[in-house]
Order: sequence, then structure tokens, then C-alpha cells
Amino acid sequence: MMIIDWLSDICLLLGGILTLTGAVGLLRLPDFFTRLHAASVTETLAAMLLIIGIMLDTGLTLDSVKLMLIILIMIIANPTITHALCRAAANGGTTPEVEQPSKSVTQTDLQNSSDNEVKTETEISGKEAK
Amino acid sequence: MIAAAVVALLITLALTLIRAFMGPSIYDRILAVNSFGTKTVLLIVVGGHALGWFSYVDIALMYALINFVGTLAVMRFFEQYSPDGEQL
Amino acid sequence: MIESLQLLIDVSLLAFLVIIVFASIKMTDLFAVTMLFGIFSFVSALLFLDLDAVDVAFTEAAVGAGFTTVLMLSALRLTQPYENVKHRHSLLALFIVTLTGAALFYGIADFPAMGDPNAPVHQHVAPEYIQLTQEKIDIPNVVTAVLASFRGYDTFGETVVIFSAGVAVMLLLGMGQVKHEQEPEENMVLWVVVKPMIPLILIFGLYVQFHGDFGAGGGFQAGVIFASGFILYSLVFGEMYARRVMPAPILPRLAALGVLIYGVTGLISLLFNKPFLDYTALSSNPVSGQHLGILLVEAGVGLAVFSTILLIYYSFSGREVNHNE
Repeated sequence: MMIIDWLSDICLLLGGILTLTGAVGLLRLPDFFTRLHAASVTETLAAMLLIIGIMLDTGLTLDSVKLMLIILIMIIANPTITHALCRAAANGGTTPEVEQPSKSVTQTDLQNSSDNEVKTETEISGKEAK
Repeated sequence: MIAAAVVALLITLALTLIRAFMGPSIYDRILAVNSFGTKTVLLIVVGGHALGWFSYVDIALMYALINFVGTLAVMRFFEQYSPDGEQL
Repeated sequence: MIESLQLLIDVSLLAFLVIIVFASIKMTDLFAVTMLFGIFSFVSALLFLDLDAVDVAFTEAAVGAGFTTVLMLSALRLTQPYENVKHRHSLLALFIVTLTGAALFYGIADFPAMGDPNAPVHQHVAPEYIQLTQEKIDIPNVVTAVLASFRGYDTFGETVVIFSAGVAVMLLLGMGQVKHEQEPEENMVLWVVVKPMIPLILIFGLYVQFHGDFGAGGGFQAGVIFASGFILYSLVFGEMYARRVMPAPILPRLAALGVLIYGVTGLISLLFNKPFLDYTALSSNPVSGQHLGILLVEAGVGLAVFSTILLIYYSFSGREVNHNE
């Protein structure tokens, strides 16, 4: 049963790496909503991988069925908590930090480029009509 | 490999704890506590399997449920306060 | 390998506990401190598991991490969210605390090593209980056997204490009224997700109740889990509907019924010329008598704990919030 052992090891390793990544993201990212995203994405996936790794190690017993139940509960509960937190924060007045758009792309530039596109299209259609 | 997972989980617990201390707003702290609870469930599962704790799966299952209910309760009570402490 | 892993987990968790306690003393924002206490309960439950005390970890997780945080928050709702910082430092208090701490540390030096089989606490009744459980009661979980059968009278006292705590809260705070303006806003995601989870939580509570003979569990933990299903309903769908599902006046009667079941089980043994709470009188075969007795007694405990916790939650969350600004 070497394949199952290897799979279990890979799952545990990946799960550990993802957990660490999520924690570093929770600590370093600048704004609440970005931290929420980092924590929630890696939390659900890392939890699934770790528990699948342990399930493969345990084999097919009653314990592994209960572990599958834990995975199901986590898949349902964690995204719900993320949604509820996001909504509560937004209703409570927290706004995400938005960068000001940089100077190279301004409104007039966008309008000029769309005018150019319209002109070239009419030129093409004009030439075909001729 | 299980030992590596346990060490990774312990480091994650420490980092989440730092966010719970530091978090400037209330919602950061709620997020940190919920995250801590999920990592505790994972630590119970992984550590319980590695160290042979008795009947660890039931406890992990219940912990996942209680984490959910507890975080929802905290958010419900926070909704009645605006962020600078006055009552809505 | 396993030894060093155990040591690492022990040291890390204890370090977390110390750091959390220091941080919660220094912080003045009371909401943050409540959150930190929630984390403290999580870490304590992990430590209990590490010390092989499974039932205690179960109860700590159910009561400490979930229910106590909810109660502290609902009490905090009625006061100010920031602590009044006193700027006096008392040298006398520091001296007394240091002296007491030093005396405690000095006393620790005389303890036997942890888990030492020759320690006096392990020579008294513990080996007798462990041996007699196999012969007389024949269930795998020794903790439930000791709790429900060998020390059944103590557990009866605990159940009566829980019941009187519920009665005291009811006398002090009342059970609250149905408020019509407290419906929470419509949150479709939460409604759809929580509705199937509530029956699962209730079934899990029943599983823990009846599985207490074989694994971790028992009446106390099952009562808390069952109550948390109802608390979840009340949080998401509003108190008005929750009080329609489980009306508040039923709860004291249910709690009294739980204590009554426990007491009547003991009284039946008296009717058969046996001592109070001797379960061998309940059936012709003494071992199955013990099983029946433990079943009835845990049911009584579960009922009493469930009703008391839900009663305390109704009392706390039903209070009128004073607008004192």
C-alpha cells in the first residue's frame, strides 16, 4: 500500500504549506477584506487536505467516516462564516482601501482610444462599401 | 510527515494569535478567533492521530460545530454596536 | 519521535496560555478580551486532550469556547465596551501576590512526578474503580462508570447545583419577553445553510448522550450540544421564533424533570431494599441493571443541563438594553 502512504504524505505536506501561507497572509496583508480572503481560501482547502491525509492514513474504519463528516461540516460552515463576516463588516462601515488610478490611464485617454477604434471600423466598412 | 504538519499547525496558531492581539478593528479579531478554532480542530485531528489520543474524532466534530455557532453568536452581538462603541 | 512531538505541543500550548493571559490583562478593549478568553478556552481544551482527559476536554470545548463567550458578550452589551483604567499602582498588592506565588512554587517542588504510578492519589480508590468497572459494570469508558455509578451521589449533587443555578438566574433576571422589533435582517445565505445544520447538531447531541458509555461523552456534554442547536436557531432566525419553538415557561419544568428522573432512579433502589442509587436493584442481572441505571441517570443529567443552559441564554438575551447615552 505504498501509493496510499505517498498520497497521504503529499496531502499532509500540501496542507501544512497552505496553512502556513494562510497564516502569513493573515498577518501581512494590509486591509481587512484582503485578510479575510487569504484566511478563508487557504483555511477551507488546507483543512480538507490535512483531513484527507489523515483519512488515507487511518484506512477504512468508522473513524474515517466521521472524518469525512468533519470535512463536510467545514466545507459548509467556513464559507458561510466568511460571507457573514464580510457582510457584517460592510454593514458596520468598514470600507476596502482602493488605490487611486495611476496617471498613465486617465479618462480622456480612454475616450481617445475608443474614438480611434470607431474611426478605424468606419474606415474599413467604408472601403468595403466602395 | 505528520510531525511536519503538526509543527506547521503550531506555527500557524502562533501567527493567528499575533493577529488577534494586533487587529485594529473588531472584525479582525473575530476572524482571528474563528481561524484559531479551525486550526484547533485540525490540530486535534492530526495530533490525535499521531499521538494516539482516545476518541479524538468526536471532539474534533463537536469543536467544528461549536466554532461555527460561537462565531455566529459573536457576530450577532457585534451587529448591535457600531465600530466606535455606541449602540445602534 | 512521538516523545519530542508531545513535548513540543505541551510547551507551545502552555506558552500560548501565558501570552494570552498577559495580553488580556494589558488590553482595555473588553470585546478584544472576550475574544481572547475564547482562544484561551480552545487552548485549554487542547491541553486537556494532551493530558489524556478526554471528557474534560469535551466539556471545556462545549461550555468554555462557545457558551461562556456568548454569555460574556451579552453581558457586555449592557455596559461600556472599554475598561476604566486605574492609574494607581499598589505596592502592597504586588507584595502579597508575589509572596503567595512563591509559596505555591515552593509547594510544587514536593509533588510526585506527573503520571507516577506510585503517587498516593493513585493508590486510594482509583485502582479499585478501574478493576471493578470491568467486573461489575462492563463498559469501556471508566470515567462514565465512575461518574454515574460509583460516585453517582456526587453527580446527583452536581445536577441539583446546575438546576439551582438556572433557578437563581431566573429569579434574578426573569426569562425575558418576546420582542417584536428584534427580528434580524434577512440573510439568505445564513438561513439556507443553517436550516439543515440544526437537525444534524441535535442528532449529534443525542449521539453523544447515548455513546457516553463507549467513548467521550455523557449527559453534560450532550445537554450543551443540544442547547447550542436551539441557540443557533435563535441567533439566525430571531428570538421571537425561537421562543415559539421552545417557549420559555417549559424550561424550568424540564430542568426539574431531569433532576426528578435522577432522584426517582435512586428511590426505586430503595424500594427494593438496596441502598440509594444502587443500580443492581433495577434488573434481575446486576450488570444490565447497572447499564439501565446509567442510561436513566445520564438522561436525567442531559435534560437538566439542556434546559438550564437554554434558560440562562433566554434570560441574558431577553434583557432590555438601557439606552444610557
